[in-house]
Amino acid sequence: MTLRLTLPAPDRHSIIGKTRSPDERAEIVVVGAGPAGCTAAIEAAKAGASVVLVDENPVSPGLIGTDVPFHFGGRATNAVQSPERLVERVLESNPALAKAFELGVDVRLSTSAWGAWVAGPGLKLHPEGGIVGLADETRSWLLGFDRLILATGARDLNLSFAGSDQPGVMGAQALHALLTRYEAFAGRRLVILGTGDLAVRTAELALDHGLDVVALVEARDAPQGDAARLAALKTRGIEILTGRVPLAAEAGPDGVAALVLAPASGDGERRTIPCDTVCLAVGAVPVIELFDVLGAKRAMNSARGGHVPVLGANGATSLPHVFAAGDCAGLGGEAEAAGRSAARAALASLGREADAPEGVAPVTGPDALAYQLDWARALLATGGEEVLACLCEDVTRGELLAVQPPRYLGWRSNAIARRSLQTLAEDGPVDQDQIKRLTRACMGACQARRCREQVALTMALGANVLPETIPLAGYRAPVRPLPLAVLADAEEPEAMARDWNVWFGITTQWVGYDDIGTEREDEQLRAGMPY
Amino acid sequence: MAQAGTSVVVVGGGVTGLSAAWWLARSGVDVTVLEKGIVGFEASGRNGGGCTHYQSPLFHEEQRLWPQMDELLGYPTEHQQKRLIFQVDEAKADFHKGLAMRIPQGYAWEVLDGKQVREMVPLAGDNAVSGVLCHFGGHANPQRTSQAYAWAGQDLGVKIRQHVSVRGFETAGGRVTGVETSEGLVGCDAVVIAAGPQTGKLAAMLGVDLPMAAARAEMIVTEPLPLMPMGGVDGHGLYGRQTLRGNLAYGGGPHEWYDDVALESAPARPSGSVLRSLAKRVAELLPRAAHARVIRSWAGVIENTPDGRPVIERLSSPGNVTIATMSSVGFGLSPASGHAIRDLVIDGACSFADISKLSLARFATLSPNWRRDLNWLPPEPIAPLAQGAA
Repeated sequence: MTLRLTLPAPDRHSIIGKTRSPDERAEIVVVGAGPAGCTAAIEAAKAGASVVLVDENPVSPGLIGTDVPFHFGGRATNAVQSPERLVERVLESNPALAKAFELGVDVRLSTSAWGAWVAGPGLKLHPEGGIVGLADETRSWLLGFDRLILATGARDLNLSFAGSDQPGVMGAQALHALLTRYEAFAGRRLVILGTGDLAVRTAELALDHGLDVVALVEARDAPQGDAARLAALKTRGIEILTGRVPLAAEAGPDGVAALVLAPASGDGERRTIPCDTVCLAVGAVPVIELFDVLGAKRAMNSARGGHVPVLGANGATSLPHVFAAGDCAGLGGEAEAAGRSAARAALASLGREADAPEGVAPVTGPDALAYQLDWARALLATGGEEVLACLCEDVTRGELLAVQPPRYLGWRSNAIARRSLQTLAEDGPVDQDQIKRLTRACMGACQARRCREQVALTMALGANVLPETIPLAGYRAPVRPLPLAVLADAEEPEAMARDWNVWFGITTQWVGYDDIGTEREDEQLRAGMPY
Repeated sequence: MAQAGTSVVVVGGGVTGLSAAWWLARSGVDVTVLEKGIVGFEASGRNGGGCTHYQSPLFHEEQRLWPQMDELLGYPTEHQQKRLIFQVDEAKADFHKGLAMRIPQGYAWEVLDGKQVREMVPLAGDNAVSGVLCHFGGHANPQRTSQAYAWAGQDLGVKIRQHVSVRGFETAGGRVTGVETSEGLVGCDAVVIAAGPQTGKLAAMLGVDLPMAAARAEMIVTEPLPLMPMGGVDGHGLYGRQTLRGNLAYGGGPHEWYDDVALESAPARPSGSVLRSLAKRVAELLPRAAHARVIRSWAGVIENTPDGRPVIERLSSPGNVTIATMSSVGFGLSPASGHAIRDLVIDGACSFADISKLSLARFATLSPNWRRDLNWLPPEPIAPLAQGAA
């Protein structure tokens, strides 16, 4: 039999001709209006560049309720329901914003950057500079840039224990934001988890705001932070409790009513501390979402808080159009100096006159992952496997360690019962993206902001490997949860609709096999795609 | 001809290779799967999960097997029966006529009006104009199914070697006697090459011209919504489903052709050029879900042959090699493609379907410029970018 080759018509369904220009453009786009981002924007504006400074704050009450971008833990007051007031507060609490306005920086508050792209493998779309996806409450749009400076800061590290999925358990970044930026914190009486620098700063801030801080709790046997500042906290009536971890948060009508502590070593006397808020201050996590979406090289740097972009001098990333400054590039260091240096380097790369970057002193912090792992180990030993590792998807630590399919499948078999993280590790190094898909841990609506790190830590414990070796579960756009109606492109190019196809639009692909080489093939090809 | 106890190396731990390995192991064959990354981690685990491929010669076997797969594998696939396709554009109200041309006899389906669509699809809106309910077909969870094949294969003795890439073949006497890998030579009695976009390059090492090109396609996923009576609902230029967790997962629209894909590493798979247009169409298809938050997107890199049809073939030379590309439609057909590959490796012929029209021989007259002729080209190349940080 001679086979006839029937080829489809030339492809008009590919991306060619269907991409759109950004809705607006700036020479320099800065994401994040903290100290690093504001300083960068101001520096760039001073040099005469057109600058857009984007910040998601104040975020909508709805997002605060879903723990975006921080782990607010249901402890925001009704004050967050008033957007005008929040904008005022954001401006009052950050005088650099006013200065940026004065210098002509186009400041966009309540605007989230949910994606960013530059040309790269598989994406030959934006040869010059790149594009940031922006959104507010009602719509999304694209902002083009010549250079992008990411100053996206840090977010909360969450560690769970029994009852931690109720109002009153929150993160240190969220507490800082509610106290200083929004003046909208609903708690009165706090227990703070951790004794490192973050925990000490959090305790000092809470005391300064007239709150009652009962205790700092430390899983390790010794406090971790500056001895003098810890001593000062003691004189202000705060207990420093070492070798202990939270066993359970007891529930009251408004969420947490007390925290039960247990010795980190396991059995022993428990202690119940009445409180309305448990603030997790064991660590913070550099916000690298956009770097990852962009495809910038990254590396694990435990001394800088976790996965961070690989940087050259003055905040240069592996992508020539993208720079980093502040905590997102690694926790600690001089944020303003980093912002200034990144801006100068970005300006110089555009051929603009700029002062020489002043450089940023190298920073090395304590081994964050070793500390986090000690906490995770003690919480697992005391709390056991019934505690949730992923709140959104309702996955317990035990289910994670056993690599069990989600409970809603109701699946039981001897075969699956024999599977575990350890059997999976026999096939090769365990990978968090694989565990995500099998157990659904980190697949939830919070986009794994509340569980990514503790799932990785639990995996490290289960597979008995260093947490540094667990590959990062990748970030994908949109890195903020956006309603379909908001993300939707209302002004897509005409060609997008005209040449849209459900798959590749290869008409020959969908001809019934029996009809190939018959008249019915021609009939189907004339009819085009089935739908 | 391979016998029980012979050793087969399967190159490619995607859904086709894994299914083939499982089928071979069920026949007592000693199988090793070589995967350059993690099983099911590329297009096999990143697709719409559809199991309704009426155009394929493997269709009947696909439909026969899927309802049994959970039980056969011993691991969950999340397979769900039935498929509902509907349109929201008046111009496409008669789309069922196109399906009528193609769906083989013996499979029950019915045409629905807009009201009937709304009754079956609570998230649909007043814009639904017509639908087709297939009582066959359905969908499953791609990643879970890929892992299920791998695990079920292991339970039957299949060796899965991850992070091992293939670099060449050792041949002697017109047969492949070993596979050269990043971890040394793996001896074999027979080889299956089912390596997705890399299948063409691997075949070329054996002097076989298997034309294909790879492209990237995107999908988006929303937060979970209350479960609809059936999840296998799409249309309006979208493919996808509501997962058993409740997420809406949909793809469709433009693809981006790649110049080339590397042999030993997974291609980059950025997503972002189509996701806003996908969001627009999902909101149009399911207006009552327009408030649902999109929480991630994916891209998968998929290969197509010039006519978009598979090649599943035992080569004449080297005679102990079977090659398989499903040409961008591999997941749903995997229970059947694995069976076909098993038959080819062990018996030299597919026992349950005529697949002769899929022979590689059909490309004998293909122009060497076929990619240009078909406009299967990447967007204009860009100038190399200056080097950033080391």
